[in-house]
Amino acid sequence: MRGELHYDAVVIGAGTAGLTAGARLAEGGARVCVVAKGVGSTHLAPATIDVLGYTPARVASPAAALEELAALRPDHPYALLGGETVAESLRWFRAAVESGPSMPGYRYVGDLDRNHLLPTAVGALRPSALVPETMAGGDMATDAPASVCIVGSRSLRDFHAGLCAANLGRAGIEARAVDIEIEVTRADENTVGMARRFDDPAWRADFAARLALKLGAEERIGMPAMLGARDPHGAWADLEQRLGRAVFEIPTLPPSVPGMRLFEILRSALRRAGGRLILGPEVVSYERSGSRIVSVATASAGHDAHYAAPWFVLASGGFGSGAIELDSRWATHERVLGLPLRGLPDAGEPRFVGDYLAEQPMARVGVAVDGELRAEGAENVLVAGAGLPGAVPWREGSGEGIALASGSHAARFVLAHSGAHAGAAA
Amino acid sequence: MSEHGVLEELMRGSLDHCVKCTICETQCPVSNVSPLFPGPKYEGPQAERYRISDEPSVDPSVDYCSGCGICSLACPQGVKIAEINSQARNRLKQQKGIPLRDRIITRPTWLGRLGTPAAPLANLTIESKPARIIGEKVLKVHRDAAAPRFAGRRFSRWAKNHPSPATGRKILYFHGCGTEYYEPWEGEKVMQILEHNGFEVIVPKQDCCGLPLQSSGLFDDARKVILRRGREFAPYLREDPNLLVVGNATSCTLMLKREAREILSLEDDPDLKLLSERTYDICELLLELHDRGELKTDFKPVNEHIFYHAPCQQQGHWIGKPALELFALIPGLKVTEGNARCCGIAGTYGLKVEKYDIAMAVGADLFGQVKASGAGEVACDSETCRWQITHATGQKSVHPIDYLHRAYGL
Repeated sequence: MRGELHYDAVVIGAGTAGLTAGARLAEGGARVCVVAKGVGSTHLAPATIDVLGYTPARVASPAAALEELAALRPDHPYALLGGETVAESLRWFRAAVESGPSMPGYRYVGDLDRNHLLPTAVGALRPSALVPETMAGGDMATDAPASVCIVGSRSLRDFHAGLCAANLGRAGIEARAVDIEIEVTRADENTVGMARRFDDPAWRADFAARLALKLGAEERIGMPAMLGARDPHGAWADLEQRLGRAVFEIPTLPPSVPGMRLFEILRSALRRAGGRLILGPEVVSYERSGSRIVSVATASAGHDAHYAAPWFVLASGGFGSGAIELDSRWATHERVLGLPLRGLPDAGEPRFVGDYLAEQPMARVGVAVDGELRAEGAENVLVAGAGLPGAVPWREGSGEGIALASGSHAARFVLAHSGAHAGAAA
Repeated sequence: MSEHGVLEELMRGSLDHCVKCTICETQCPVSNVSPLFPGPKYEGPQAERYRISDEPSVDPSVDYCSGCGICSLACPQGVKIAEINSQARNRLKQQKGIPLRDRIITRPTWLGRLGTPAAPLANLTIESKPARIIGEKVLKVHRDAAAPRFAGRRFSRWAKNHPSPATGRKILYFHGCGTEYYEPWEGEKVMQILEHNGFEVIVPKQDCCGLPLQSSGLFDDARKVILRRGREFAPYLREDPNLLVVGNATSCTLMLKREAREILSLEDDPDLKLLSERTYDICELLLELHDRGELKTDFKPVNEHIFYHAPCQQQGHWIGKPALELFALIPGLKVTEGNARCCGIAGTYGLKVEKYDIAMAVGADLFGQVKASGAGEVACDSETCRWQITHATGQKSVHPIDYLHRAYGL
């Protein structure tokens, strides 16, 4: 067919789940193509790997809590994936970060045994298992956390050091705020522009010298996550050395600089293993034969491009990305491949409840899958990430853990079974 | 008929999909280096709500958008940010008037026809510092900006004397102005590669695609130009439903495929619809041939280390980077893939005196990567980007098909 290319596997979506599946498929020797409508969730998220933070009580050790969750909710993605898949995907991720050539020295620390407790931009404490080393110094899950100095700048409108410090104080942490002037040329300077400044050693030295004058003896330094775009490890280590104390990054409102690093790490892992990435076009149609998806079509310029494969990984997200939608007639759809959903409230039952932060009846909706996370009615489609049913990532603090583990599982399953279908689409 | 077409309404309507996630702001090469452009989100989906057709434009800063299109590529919600900005720039130009410079440098055909017969003299002028200073004062073209040298011969003349052997497997070739006046050898290589793979290459009468006019906001002139291209190519395409158009100038093929219809509101023109559907970028076509087992792979080793930069306009095709897949077929060729976003030139943007410094700052990431890679040459699908890269790094830049041509031993 004109406009058709054949691969061993096609991945739809370029968030953490899709890029993980794509990179691991390519590393396993598959010819893989990742297609995505745009840049994924990475640029909006803190880029910590949250495995399990609440069940609903705050989780100290994800390893133990994962087992309890699996027993309690057998339909939860973690119950289907199993603890070892989660642990293995974290090991792979750490290695992928450390072997990436683009940001030397940048790495993640932590494991499933315990959660860090990291300050958010508003000074709340958030549990996370695996975190960038540049954030780890903010861990408050220790017996006697040292006092902290939150450093902000009036030039960065979206981070308020005073608010962050005041709320940390309410949580019993000795915290204060200082403001350092950063000269800007635009009123709406964001973290990305700031991160570029921190890449410049001379600028950084000047910043550190001005900050040093305002520091007390025993304080740790918390700063918005913008310490370097190109060489974050270098910028962070240099600041620690210049200031003679721990410096840690605090995730910010979007755009997320550590999220941009995460995207680059996973993108580069995919590319180094020989996988393709096609960014821009939405999947607009698909061809199905019985219980199998044969190809998907994207709206590339001028004519549709068709991508055929014996296996597909659907990592297009859930309600947040628009891949699952609730329309104005209250019907719910999976928009990419038209797959059946699970977790919908019964007819006549309420879809939402009045308390915004309560457990919402729609919250666990996702693509109906079997025990191997294959889509119901489409046996060659593996589902990964936020499109899976049974989880409420934002309440559980489980989004990245599910994304990494389900992306890894999808890749492993396809690699193990691709022999049976090799050449089927040729 | 309403002033705006359906596509234009859809495009403008896409701003309602903006969730203010700021992903485009992380990607914009211009706003990341210059405060003169406040960024795609601000300028596009936000400011567009305040633009009313007959009233003065809300903010002249939209003229600092280079039109690279990376914002639309990255947007996860499908907002047509670059396209909205392109139309806003056109309305601004209508209100403020078009500078003489923009009327001249956007017409490669005029320049080419004047410069080609007098190439030695014209090239001396381009290389002459005093002449460039005068050019900067009078025409507002920056004295240091990358400017190509006239080849002194035209590709179309060569093609007339080198007809393809009749194989019956026909393909139309759109060569663009860069090949016609400045790099005719690129067109010769395209034809030889296609002929090597059994194609009978037809070079219809043709001219500029109108992209420079469109990107400088001269929409009416751009429409006249591209509609003529439609009239030239459509008869061939109607006669043979399997006939395709291929081009090596990736920004021109994107113009034929999508930008003319979408940005210039020409979606109703049947000739352009046909041309749009049948146009292929050369690397896109060759990769598809390879997928079908129809590409000859009698490649000899090319033992070189090259750097590849996929230009913004190539990325705008939404087909990934087919050049990289083709490079992988060539034994011995080592490729470093850059991850910088833009070289800065954006067609004619970086030539303009008020934008030259911005363009060079935009490209700084790329130029640094090229130098750090240790690669010998740079491969890049767009001619203006190649000229900019060579201008900034001093390194030779060629179209990706050059390596296929070498590997075939043609």
